[in-house]
Amino acid sequence: MKEIFIDIERCTACKSCEIACAVEHSLSKDLFSAIFENPLPVKRVYVEKAFLFSYPVKCMHCADAACIAACPTGAMHRNHEFGSVVVNNDKCMGCWMCAMVCPFGAIIPDYAVKTARKCDFCPDRLKEGGKPACVEACPTNTITFGEMKDLFKSKRLLSAERVAKAVLVQEDKEVTPLEMLRSIENI
Amino acid sequence: MSMKTFDTVTQSLINRAEAMGIETGINRLESQLPQCGFGQLGSCCRICYMGPCRIDPFGDGASKGVCGATADVIVCRNLLREEVGGAASHVGHARHVVLAFQKMLEGKAPGYKITDRNKLMDIASRLGIKTEDKSDIEIGKEIVGKALEDISNQNGEPMNWLKLSAQSREFEMWKEQGILISNAHNEIEEAMHRTSMGNDADPVNLLLACLKMGLVDGYAGLHMATDFHDILFGTPQITTVEANIGVLDKDKVNIAIHGHNPVLSEKILEWAFKMKEEAKKRGALDINVVGVCCTGNELTMRHGVPLAAHNLQSELVLITGAVDAMVVDMQCIWPSLAMIAECFHTKLITTEPFVKIPGAIHVPFDVEHADEEAKNIVMMAIDSFKERKGEDVHIPKEKSVGFVGFSVEAIVGMLKKIDSSDPLKPIVDNIVNGNIYGVVGFVGCPSIKLRDTFMTEKMTKELLKNNVLVVTTGCTAQICIQAGLMDSSATDKYCGEGLKTVLHALGKAAGFDVPLPPVWHMGSCVDNARIGTLLGALADRIGVKISQLPVAGSAPELVQEKAISIGTWFLALGLLVHIAPSPRILGSPVATNILTKDLENITGGKVYVELDPIKAAAGIISHIKHKRTELGI
Repeated sequence: MKEIFIDIERCTACKSCEIACAVEHSLSKDLFSAIFENPLPVKRVYVEKAFLFSYPVKCMHCADAACIAACPTGAMHRNHEFGSVVVNNDKCMGCWMCAMVCPFGAIIPDYAVKTARKCDFCPDRLKEGGKPACVEACPTNTITFGEMKDLFKSKRLLSAERVAKAVLVQEDKEVTPLEMLRSIENI
Repeated sequence: MSMKTFDTVTQSLINRAEAMGIETGINRLESQLPQCGFGQLGSCCRICYMGPCRIDPFGDGASKGVCGATADVIVCRNLLREEVGGAASHVGHARHVVLAFQKMLEGKAPGYKITDRNKLMDIASRLGIKTEDKSDIEIGKEIVGKALEDISNQNGEPMNWLKLSAQSREFEMWKEQGILISNAHNEIEEAMHRTSMGNDADPVNLLLACLKMGLVDGYAGLHMATDFHDILFGTPQITTVEANIGVLDKDKVNIAIHGHNPVLSEKILEWAFKMKEEAKKRGALDINVVGVCCTGNELTMRHGVPLAAHNLQSELVLITGAVDAMVVDMQCIWPSLAMIAECFHTKLITTEPFVKIPGAIHVPFDVEHADEEAKNIVMMAIDSFKERKGEDVHIPKEKSVGFVGFSVEAIVGMLKKIDSSDPLKPIVDNIVNGNIYGVVGFVGCPSIKLRDTFMTEKMTKELLKNNVLVVTTGCTAQICIQAGLMDSSATDKYCGEGLKTVLHALGKAAGFDVPLPPVWHMGSCVDNARIGTLLGALADRIGVKISQLPVAGSAPELVQEKAISIGTWFLALGLLVHIAPSPRILGSPVATNILTKDLENITGGKVYVELDPIKAAAGIISHIKHKRTELGI
């Protein structure tokens, strides 16, 4: 099951994910047409500021989702094809329980249609074997999409490299980055 | 592998680049996708350091920048700065040529001379310069004085070149709208000033400034450059040339000249001819000078130099491995050329002090020592040919032929053979009777984003089918000649019956044994001045404003800021201007409404954005139909 992984260190706050998300949720799915639609399409990802960092806040499609547990009508449910947490608008009564229990603030009350609005994991794209719109739009690979075990593996490799580099610097060895990588592999 | 598929020649060289592991623009575009939505809509402001600020086009986030600027203000300021980029390029180009001409008159640039004396006298008389008892040098100096006034005047009087080149109906309309200009440099300065933080915040006022910048480009840039080019190097006459990358010859010293300014390339061509024997001594059959981009168009128009490549192919021409030297001057020269040249024996030679590229050889070119420097550059190419021996060369075989050299003088000269007292009559009669349903001017570049859709070719063919005559300049002209649209055979192949009849008759009258082609090559991108002159002459002959003519302009594959300022000049003249991809205005409702609708009530011009070639042609044809109905024809 593929999931979203967010690396806060890479986010430049360009908001490309926000635009791509709104376009994906438009009728035309084209930027130049979407801006003329009525009603205007709405995004489901929010780039927020924290100290010197910025971070694209969105639904993490939690494995044990509080919003599903809190939903009194069963509107909030799991899509087993993609492992995503999604709203059935027909069942949603706009009590906002899901929004209240979401630890990320990623669920927003949509007063116009009286239902909860959140990331739906771009099902049209996933059905065609694609990536969610925010992932594709991110120019710095802050938001990536893949098997969680691969995403964590690459993160572990990076931290291993970082530690190894620190050791090499401490020992004052003059080596090229390639030699550094080789010595890391040989350990 | 690239996701796009292009014409055979382009594609074969992209494949070669990919096989050799050389990166081209196609790969770089793919790694840029998707591109920033704020940037595409023009609603990102980087003008001050409280920003960058972005306006949410979906109304969910920020609706104003830190200073309070709305999307309308941000878009209009950004647009004006784009106009400045374009107009400054053309005015800089024109100034460069005027100063070269001035040095020649002062006897300091012995490599140059007055080639077209008729044009000199014509411009002098239209500038109101008395020519009796004066030498050509004295007349020339007075013309230079008038040109330099247009970048130095502080008295608010309208620019000399605007008065010289614009028709009275347009002049009066601009006067009424308060957009006449006096000094190109002042306008450029004021545009940068008013768009900096805390100045003009009125989108309408900013759009009027855009129109002024269009006039700066049209008169202190395009018209001035073309006039001085013609005086110095001759006014083009109709001739035929070969085109496409296949014009390279593996047995010759291949010199590709790239950029815009013929002051350099004319001398390279001259010295290439003079140094044939040197090349032969080193085992080459000859020296083959080929044109890339607009300096290529300049040389092809005046000397029939083969047109090797449009701007998008400037990298690919090097991928052949057959170019011994690429000599560049200014504008549209991609930094990547140095990295590609490095993969071969090719020498990339930059010549302008303000256009340097790491990895290239810089030979500063100044007109006072033009002969020495041109000789030196040609010698470098000959030496480079020797280094090529044994290297793998791939030159695609495909070549096309076509007619070039349609200056207004050449067109009128041809028409005089039909009616010497009223040369435009045959054209006007055929517009009235519908044989020529309308005329469309295609300008600009090949877009890497639209080239795989064959945007220009498809639009052109659709217009020709509907009896619309096409005139074109710049790299768009190169797309057309490569597609065979400038060959006389295109007339029977693509034109509607009416246009076919006219082109057959014109071909006969001009003394060719074939019809004229349906797409006329009017020159480089500064030669859009020639399109302006032609439209002005037609409007004057009929006694109407340019905006009333059944004509339109199109930048079907917009790339450069220069196309934005040329397009704005067309808007000021009152033309419908089709543009693809969309200019960066859609983030502003005010700019979008004014430019695509309300402007029509002011100058007669308006912007039309359409990315589908068939729909775009249909939109233009319906505009022409409307204009014809209004004229009662």
